[in-house]
Amino acid sequence: MMENKSERIKHNNVSGQSSAALIWRFLKGSRLLFALSIISATVSSFADMIGPQIIRAAVDNAIGGREAQYSKPVMEFVNRFGGFEYLGRHLWIMALALLAVALIRTAMQYVFRVSNTAATETLVKTMRDSLFSHIERLPYSWHMKNHTGDIIQRCTSDLDTLRNFVSEQLTNVLRIVILLIFAVVFMLRMDVRLTLIAMIPVPVIIAYSLVFHGKIGKGFLECDENEGILSTMAQENLTGVRVVRAFGRERFERDRFEAQNDYYTGKWAKLAAVMSFYWSSQDILSGLEVMLVVVFGAVYCIRGRMTAGEYIAFISYNSMLVWPIRMLGRMISEMSKAGVSVDRINYIMSSEEEKDYVGSAKPPMDADIVFDHVSFAYEGCPEILHDISFRMKAGSTLGILGGTGSGKSTLMLLLDKMYELPENCGTISIGGLDIRDIDTGWLRSNIGMVLQEPFLFSRSLRDNLAIRSGQADSELIREAADAACLDDTIQSFTKGYDTFVGERGVTLSGGQKQRAAIARMLTKKTPIMIFDDSLSAVDTETDARIRRSLESRFGSASIILISHRITTLSKADMILVLDDGRIVEQGTHEKLCRAGGIYQRINEIQASSRESA
Amino acid sequence: MDENLQNVSLKYFGIGKVIPFLKKYRSQIAVMLICGLATGLVDTILPLFGRYALNHYVAERTLDTLPSYICIYVIAIVFSAVNNYYSCTLATRIEVWLDRDMRNKAFEHLQTLSFSYFNQNSVGYIHARLISDTGRIGTLFSWTLIDGVWHLTYLVGAVTVMLIINAKLAFLVIAIMPLIILFFSIFQKKLVEVNRSVREINSRITGNFNEGITGAKTIKALVIEDKIAEDFQKDTSEMKKRSVHAARIRGAFAVTMNLASSLAVALLLWRGGYIAASEVGTFSMFMSYAEGIMEPIRWIIDIISDFITTQVNIERYSRLVETVPDVVDTPEVIEKYGNSFEPKKENWEAIKGDIEFRDVDFMYPDGDEYVLKNFDLKIPFGSNVAVVGETGAGKSTIVNLICRFFEPTRGTLLIDGRDARERSQLWLHSAIGYVLQTPHLFSGTIRDNLKYGNPDATEEQISAALKLVSADRIINRLDKGLDSDVGEGGDLLSTGEKQLISFARAIIADPRILILDEATASVDTLTEQQIQNAIDKVIAGRTSIVIAHRLSTVRNADIILVVKDGKIIERGKHKDLIKAGGYYSRLYTRQYEDEATDSVFADTRS
Repeated sequence: MMENKSERIKHNNVSGQSSAALIWRFLKGSRLLFALSIISATVSSFADMIGPQIIRAAVDNAIGGREAQYSKPVMEFVNRFGGFEYLGRHLWIMALALLAVALIRTAMQYVFRVSNTAATETLVKTMRDSLFSHIERLPYSWHMKNHTGDIIQRCTSDLDTLRNFVSEQLTNVLRIVILLIFAVVFMLRMDVRLTLIAMIPVPVIIAYSLVFHGKIGKGFLECDENEGILSTMAQENLTGVRVVRAFGRERFERDRFEAQNDYYTGKWAKLAAVMSFYWSSQDILSGLEVMLVVVFGAVYCIRGRMTAGEYIAFISYNSMLVWPIRMLGRMISEMSKAGVSVDRINYIMSSEEEKDYVGSAKPPMDADIVFDHVSFAYEGCPEILHDISFRMKAGSTLGILGGTGSGKSTLMLLLDKMYELPENCGTISIGGLDIRDIDTGWLRSNIGMVLQEPFLFSRSLRDNLAIRSGQADSELIREAADAACLDDTIQSFTKGYDTFVGERGVTLSGGQKQRAAIARMLTKKTPIMIFDDSLSAVDTETDARIRRSLESRFGSASIILISHRITTLSKADMILVLDDGRIVEQGTHEKLCRAGGIYQRINEIQASSRESA
Repeated sequence: MDENLQNVSLKYFGIGKVIPFLKKYRSQIAVMLICGLATGLVDTILPLFGRYALNHYVAERTLDTLPSYICIYVIAIVFSAVNNYYSCTLATRIEVWLDRDMRNKAFEHLQTLSFSYFNQNSVGYIHARLISDTGRIGTLFSWTLIDGVWHLTYLVGAVTVMLIINAKLAFLVIAIMPLIILFFSIFQKKLVEVNRSVREINSRITGNFNEGITGAKTIKALVIEDKIAEDFQKDTSEMKKRSVHAARIRGAFAVTMNLASSLAVALLLWRGGYIAASEVGTFSMFMSYAEGIMEPIRWIIDIISDFITTQVNIERYSRLVETVPDVVDTPEVIEKYGNSFEPKKENWEAIKGDIEFRDVDFMYPDGDEYVLKNFDLKIPFGSNVAVVGETGAGKSTIVNLICRFFEPTRGTLLIDGRDARERSQLWLHSAIGYVLQTPHLFSGTIRDNLKYGNPDATEEQISAALKLVSADRIINRLDKGLDSDVGEGGDLLSTGEKQLISFARAIIADPRILILDEATASVDTLTEQQIQNAIDKVIAGRTSIVIAHRLSTVRNADIILVVKDGKIIERGKHKDLIKAGGYYSRLYTRQYEDEATDSVFADTRS
């Protein structure tokens, strides 16, 4: 686990662009919407300020009997409606005004919510789409190097953290600050001294909350970690249920789980007191702040510094601020967490995509394939292929026999440009053209390759087979399935071709999976076909049937067969025997059978076992 | 995930199922509720302080009672805070205590549940019942409860205070309430609906990520990057559409609530603005209530819907703890041999290791076809049985029966000549060693794992076992030796290393009966050789049942059982089966070819 961590840190340092630049890039398409949401938040905050002013005027004129003093434009506006005196006697106008302001305010709140969500979802969509298509375009080697689970976590939970940062924390902090500024301005215009008194506890409240949330973070982390341990324990107990039962360790498992559960619960119970203490002390602080305003406001009213209406308005403004201010500290302290997530996403985004799709040539691919002095080593590993040279005629069949780890799969990955063959390591050419100059998309779509461990998508069998051609034409699909000796099997399923594959559907056996992968490849005719040990899990007879149907239907294609099975290879026009990254024998079955080498020996052993069988 | 739980309707939201867990904490729950009530009461009367200030000090231009006013005010604030402290602390604690108790109970129950349960429910599903459902239930009976009490107190308190002080104004505020309740309950249903649709598409997108990353190599080879990305974008577009739709509804919901408050305030201003100057405070107080009262209404509706949704969690949880195991020891057996947690080892007979199936029929509880019919098989102590067949053919059935993970539908399984049901499951299990195909290690140190089957193993036993399976080189390679951490699921070790460790673990347990599920995973030739040696050593001197892939194990087995489509179609010794030229001989040939090839190459290299 330590190793993983240090690896991660190392990865995170590789960054082609700064995290801020990444966020800015992701924000493309949602910037205007975010701007709209900030504007609407500003307008609604401003409208929030008007209500108390109307109440104030109503109270002072109608109830208090004192003319309220406002700035000139406001007075002119009011006078147009008959002046405060008239309005004081017709309070329904005031009430309507109050409702009108409320309408504007709530309309703006609605605009804010909808535009903020639209902006956030646009952002999330942009992030997900670019991550996804970027990941698909990262080189094969990158996928080999990085753990699937880790990448998925970066694409899901780290992305969520980032979304919260932009759409919740950032906008909320902004909203609170805007509200705070407006309220303070309105309060200052009514009474500077009382405003100052009201503001004294504010920095204390924010600072206290910042410090507390910074500190308590450790406690939360500890709880999270312990919950993780508990969850893993349960997970392992469930997946290992056979081991637990067969060793008769139910009691041990129970005791261990209970001990960890107790420990974890204890941590929370302790944290509960700390958190509640914080909440309650914040309650007292903000309660006292409100009291301060109530008491001093009353004193100022008596001294004639303030009217009753102003006093009421002042208390309203003050109460608007109490909660947001308490939230502010927590939000700021939580914002810092987003930094780590951005870095983790940036690791993916700044990994370089395959350099491909730039190679321009799109030559006909039904041509000779030539390996010329090809040597290759995986990054940081000893050389795996040494000086491989051979020519494969267009339309012929090539067989490759080799032990585990002899480099036969690597050979095929190089041909498909899954790994880039470095300069000075020989050349691979098709029709005389170096594959480095061939458009990668073109190359791969003309090579049908069935990988050793087939991967099927969690869709219906029909969609799986049609995934390459894009056509769900049932004739074409059945034909391909028939060629792969899979049609009968599929027909035997209750839902036939609509059978769902994967977690929610049927589990196919290894041989069925291999045949499905072959059928998928066959739905699109390609001039070159590669079967990388793709028949290992099917029995000898099905193997022979599949090869026969390939021959009759796809006779003109160049076919490369990799296998352990002599019967699979024997009909090939040429067979290569690969040992430890070198071609040690080469020729037809008949020739190799008399060569007195590895091939002959394997053939004899396999033949004798067939006879005895 | 929400399979057939749409129409769950437990009595009283399923509270009855939770009451046994609550009983233990009834005094704490009572204190929590009282404290919550007290906080709610104080919060309700706080606006009275503003009213007094306006009606008395401001209107009468006096500060006569100020010192005692401040005193009472501060006392109220502190009193509320102290109560809040206790109710919050208790709420958190009750939440985690309930979680703990429910998890412990479910976990213990899981240790006794039969394999049919584990076959029918995925690990993820059970794990969610154990970890998430309990969490939701815990929250409901602590935080949701205290929130409910607080808000209800505020609502009732505010209405009461208003009615006492000025009934006419009070009616203005109260008049709005039924309207709100009606409106919110309509919204509530829609909200639940849209939230679910957003969650659904979101989990689909997570699944897509999973597939796009795991299948990246295949996607490249098929050159379908664009198609897959396009499909992905269809889902993200749908997600965006649904989320914005949800935001519209949520937005309208929140906005209506705010508007209702404003309507109440406007009504107050219109009808109540003419009151005397000495009652300005009352007017202001009513305004605070008009604004404050909407929030509790919304909350109470939310809380009711919480109870309704948590029903599903309660239902799922109780279904887990109420599941009855298929394989249970009889009371007489438990009386004599003890149960899985409290064994009475003093009464245990020593086990020899003879196994016999006598006229056994077997059908899986969730199956509809007999996989064994009139099955007879004698496995005398020390013999070796190999079970062969394709992946997914159902090779584990025999093992499942021998381990009593399932009971025969008819007929008997005899251990040492006596019906297996006459002794406890733990008695049998303590004599069994199990080595899994995908070796399963537990988080912890290598030593913890090695001692799993035999906690009393000595250092000598451990090192002897390690040497026997040539796993000592793994230990020597590690800095901390036996005390090295193996990581989650043993992931810090390679597959081959995990396998060797699990062999050593089985040897240390020194079982009379050994079950071996051989690996098909490709490991390098050296490791392969070591594993082969380990197998030979482990099965010597024990009754062994091997789900076999390796030819040497198959060839030397005393009996080979050949499984196809769940049924045993051939049985006998290797030579006879090959001679018969049936399914086995084809299967054997295929595997033999692979192995022969590799062995020839291995020879040339050495």
